[in-house]
Amino acid sequence: MSENAKSLGIGDKIMIQMQDVNKWYGQFHVLKDINLTVRQGERIVLCGPSGSGKSTTIRCINRLEEHQKGNIVVDDVELNGDLKNIEAIRREVGMVFQHFNLFPHLTVLENCTLAPIWVRKLPKKEAEEVAMHYLKRVRIPDQAHKYPGQLSGGQQQRVAIARALCMKPKIMLFDEPTSALDPEMVKEVLDTMIGLAQDGMTMLCVTHEMGFARTVANRVIFMDKGEIVEQAPPDQFFDNPQNERTKLFLGQILH
Amino acid sequence: MSKSIGTSGSLINDPRARAWAFQILAIVVVAALGWYLFNNTQTNLEHRGITSGFAFLEHSAGFGVSQSLIDYNESDSYGRLFLVGLANTLLVSILGIILATVLGFVIGIARLSPNWLVRKLSAIYIETFRNIPPLLQIFFWYFAVLRLVPGPRQSLSFFDALFLNNRGLYVPAPVSADGIVPFLVAVVLAVVASIILARWVKVRRDKTGRGFPLLLTSIVLLIALPGLAALIFGAPFHWTVPELKGFNFQGGWVVIPELFALLVALSVYTAAFIAETVRSGIQSVSHGQTEAANSLGLKPSRTLRMVIIPQSMRVIIPPLTSQYLNLTKNSSLAAGIGYPDMVSLFAGTVLNQTGQAIETIAITMSVYLVISLSISLLMNVYNKRMALRER
Repeated sequence: MSENAKSLGIGDKIMIQMQDVNKWYGQFHVLKDINLTVRQGERIVLCGPSGSGKSTTIRCINRLEEHQKGNIVVDDVELNGDLKNIEAIRREVGMVFQHFNLFPHLTVLENCTLAPIWVRKLPKKEAEEVAMHYLKRVRIPDQAHKYPGQLSGGQQQRVAIARALCMKPKIMLFDEPTSALDPEMVKEVLDTMIGLAQDGMTMLCVTHEMGFARTVANRVIFMDKGEIVEQAPPDQFFDNPQNERTKLFLGQILH
Repeated sequence: MSKSIGTSGSLINDPRARAWAFQILAIVVVAALGWYLFNNTQTNLEHRGITSGFAFLEHSAGFGVSQSLIDYNESDSYGRLFLVGLANTLLVSILGIILATVLGFVIGIARLSPNWLVRKLSAIYIETFRNIPPLLQIFFWYFAVLRLVPGPRQSLSFFDALFLNNRGLYVPAPVSADGIVPFLVAVVLAVVASIILARWVKVRRDKTGRGFPLLLTSIVLLIALPGLAALIFGAPFHWTVPELKGFNFQGGWVVIPELFALLVALSVYTAAFIAETVRSGIQSVSHGQTEAANSLGLKPSRTLRMVIIPQSMRVIIPPLTSQYLNLTKNSSLAAGIGYPDMVSLFAGTVLNQTGQAIETIAITMSVYLVISLSISLLMNVYNKRMALRER
């Protein structure tokens, strides 16, 4: 894939703006002056050693974690204590979790229609049509009436992606979406994500799948000890890392 | 070729033979014990000249009861007295279960409130009422709270209709009048209309996604329709207001202090345990569920109702069942303050008067067994419906 194709579809509109974001867990300084600008259609992969703050960073974007200093603006809405703002942002930001977090007491279809019905106020029939559309996209429409416990891990994660897409979000956050999967199921989930990227979705993805980063991302961000250490397009990032810590990390995970 | 070790083919080393032997032994022991008990009882009864059997249930009781849900007077039989006690036990148990459930759920959810004061207050409630023996709490409400209210002549009066004194709470009782039929029809109509409305709201939400203030409309319907009927066809009830005659009040309904004290104590006590059950049930649902609901933009109240509570119910129901059983069984502490329940009335007074210890105790125990098993059965059916479906 050429550099040109990768930058294709990236708009001028700034979707996420993080400015000097800081966060502490008690005494522990998890995020140190995070500055990050994400434009429409950008696909960003965050990587780094465990405890480096990459998950916390993306969880700050939809207020699953509260930042204590600095500004975050998502889709022109300031993320502050205002509940209306938080709700507005969460409506536009979808999230996929490491452990799927599907609702086990609801069917796959009900998982996908719950939020569109109660948050978007969609008619049930329309919500179900939307849900079936996205379930087809993740290639499991035939499982719609099963319960999450009856599906494999890979299928569950694809349902989780469909569930987030049913809200028609402008931004998708992925928090280690393949880390809890058996190896043979990683590919089906990554393929779904690649399809999403090709459709121009703005994506932030915490992952250790470096192959995915190379093919899909147009920017890779390396974090360590709560700081953004280095960010670059994937070719440059993998072939010619600048920082010593990045080199060490890449040396450990790429054999 | 397999090789046998030691005493090959010996019955001692055969697991099936061993299992049979132990079971036969167990049956012999149980049968021997049963025969001994039966024989011992027979001998003792003969020795004391007591005739066993249930004929005494037909005999006239000859004493009055402070609260009876069915018609009863002193000349009625012990059998009828049994029904009086049973009804009183069921009354306090059912009311207690309802009150304790409502109170317990509210406090259990408050226990996890983000509000510091609410959280601490419910923690104090739980730790206080859970750690004081229930009998003591019944005594507290009965002797320390209700004995402080004045006697009938100095009753506390509310609007000259409600009277509170140390013999109970006297409330006006309705007596049906001309407008009763249209009134009842209007009530039924309002209920039916509310049900139809609820269906319609659901259909409309499915179709258009729009909500509707269902609860408010139903309440208005339930007040307006019967009210209109009463205006057009005349009052459905006369009220008989309690009046002080001689030493006590006549007319109206009375909630005796024993019932009040027992009900409050049992509900408050059991609610503390139910609150803990509810708290642990809610906490058993992984935090990821809340995060997923949040990330989808669901409001906290909606998350609680549609994601957390349905999942926590399957953790809550089994211990909730045993709390219901506890409340029902603890209602026998009524004997402590003389509320006429099964135990104090039947296994107490009737036993003393007739001397039919074995029969009365056996009947009483079977009644509690039947009540408890019925509760368990109902809760198990409910639990099955809440169970998660997995592979």
